Amino acid sequence: MSTPEQQISEAIQGAIADNEVILFMKGTPEAPRCGFSARSVAALEALGAPFAAVDVLPDPRIRQELSALSNWPTIPQLFVHGDLVGGCDIITEMYESGELAQSLGVDTPDEATEPAAAEPGAAPLTIENRLT
Amino acid sequence: MPTTDDLKQRIETSIPGARADVVDLNGGGDHFRATVTAPAFAGLSRIEQHRRVYAVFGPDIGGPIHALSLVTRSEA
Repeated sequence: MSTPEQQISEAIQGAIADNEVILFMKGTPEAPRCGFSARSVAALEALGAPFAAVDVLPDPRIRQELSALSNWPTIPQLFVHGDLVGGCDIITEMYESGELAQSLGVDTPDEATEPAAAEPGAAPLTIENRLT
Repeated sequence: MPTTDDLKQRIETSIPGARADVVDLNGGGDHFRATVTAPAFAGLSRIEQHRRVYAVFGPDIGGPIHALSLVTRSEA
């Protein structure tokens, strides 16, 4: 039988595998609970890139298991195609340099002409906690 | 409570040749920004460079140091 921590870890790995772009954050895209998470959401929304989001606050074990998997100590964490892109600083730097748009496969805001690039973000994904 | 000098010293001691400029973002001693220049970063991805700095502080990140915002470079 797997431990609760293993189950959370597996749920996180599944979420990363199932979503091309996924942001682990404090709060939700609509109501971020931390300035760094808010700034990361703003960068993704400015690019019109659809993304899934996971709120790590409901259970401290989500953050603990995520950091163990990603070898990254802080929140937010952005994954694209299964790979960790980075936290808020890297997201912001890459947004400003255009690298973020490139890695997400969308146009930069100034060049955005395709309406498809402005699709709303996917509904926030929550990791269901069946442990309590 | 950690100070900007503590953080600067720990980074510069742990990463060979590193030079760090650390500011306290809100004066509260728990949100910092560090700009770190180290030849040891050459050839590392941005992620690896940031991991290297986070590794200096281990569990203090998320503990006494609530947030450490980073800018890393391999040369000045």
